[in-house]
Amino acid sequence: MENITTAANAHHEPEFSTKPIWRTFWVLLGITMVELILATIHLKTEFPPKYVLNGIYLILTCAKAFYIIAEFMHLRHEIKNMIMTMAIPALLFVWFAIAFLWDGNSFKELRNRYDSHHYEQSKTPAPKPAEEGHEPAAKKPGSAE
Amino acid sequence: MSQVIPAGQKWWSGGKSPFNVEYGKLMMWYFLMSDAFTFGAFLISYGSIRFATNGWPDPNEVFRAFPLMGDTHLPLVFVSLMTFILIMSSVTMVLAVAAGHQNDRKKVTFYMILTIIGGLMFLGCQAWEWTHLHGEGAWWGRNPFVNADGSKASTNFTNFFFTITGFHGFHVFSGVLINIIMLIKNLRGDFARRGHYLMIEKAGLYWHFVDLVWVFVFTCFYLL
Repeated sequence: MENITTAANAHHEPEFSTKPIWRTFWVLLGITMVELILATIHLKTEFPPKYVLNGIYLILTCAKAFYIIAEFMHLRHEIKNMIMTMAIPALLFVWFAIAFLWDGNSFKELRNRYDSHHYEQSKTPAPKPAEEGHEPAAKKPGSAE
Repeated sequence: MSQVIPAGQKWWSGGKSPFNVEYGKLMMWYFLMSDAFTFGAFLISYGSIRFATNGWPDPNEVFRAFPLMGDTHLPLVFVSLMTFILIMSSVTMVLAVAAGHQNDRKKVTFYMILTIIGGLMFLGCQAWEWTHLHGEGAWWGRNPFVNADGSKASTNFTNFFFTITGFHGFHVFSGVLINIIMLIKNLRGDFARRGHYLMIEKAGLYWHFVDLVWVFVFTCFYLL
């Protein structure tokens, strides 16, 4: 029975076996576990510096995204032209993200340099417990951030 | 683009689909791309605001609770569970698509039910997390958490968190609805009569996209 089905569809979708699905599942689970283990090590020991860790997270996240798109969504088995119509617009994100984060960072540095009041405010410890109850709503318009 | 056609195949000379996929499936891909740009714009605006701010709350202090565990400090545990549930339901979805390729209606039903259960579990987890945070005083326009360095945090943190996870949760919700419709159509035998399960594949694309977005939300809000 199984053989007949496979033979009948052989020319059409030979690539849709369940083996790569489970392999992809283990890859995704493994990457997530690595991320969590690294985060836990960082919490306990402060060992990998935060900016190194963020770079690692970014790479691992992109790896996970690649596996989901390529295997689960089956994109790598499509025609190259179609892959390109997705991949090229998606690559705009690289520029998009870098440009906006850079701009945000530059805004922060300029403001810290020229608005010392703002800088001191943002370094002042927050008032502690007493206000918890009514504070948030009351403070919102004044903080204007 | 037309230079990169596979050797021997005249994809663009008419008579066949140049991308060799069904029209609806191609349009689902382009819809998902536009949706990716929406999510990307959300996440990048979150990122640029975070880069423009001196202090930011430590996610390990904010997201540290687990149901029924009281005040125990358990960072990352609950969100790992949510991630696992969503990856698992993505696997059952792709197994349903594979079963559809084998025209195995019973198996499609089985895996679609598992996928729907996974989606509902994820939504339940998110509902619990939102309720918990709301109980701590967090909501749009209200932020009870202080920055990692102890200074007062702005409401940007909670605004972005609730907007983006809410938008993602709404996608999960509509994905579950789509999956339920597909399950009903499969039970009625619509796809068996049609002779193919392409609709399951299109619903599957949407469902995997939801998982894909979660991968980025997970990194941006809970890890970084």
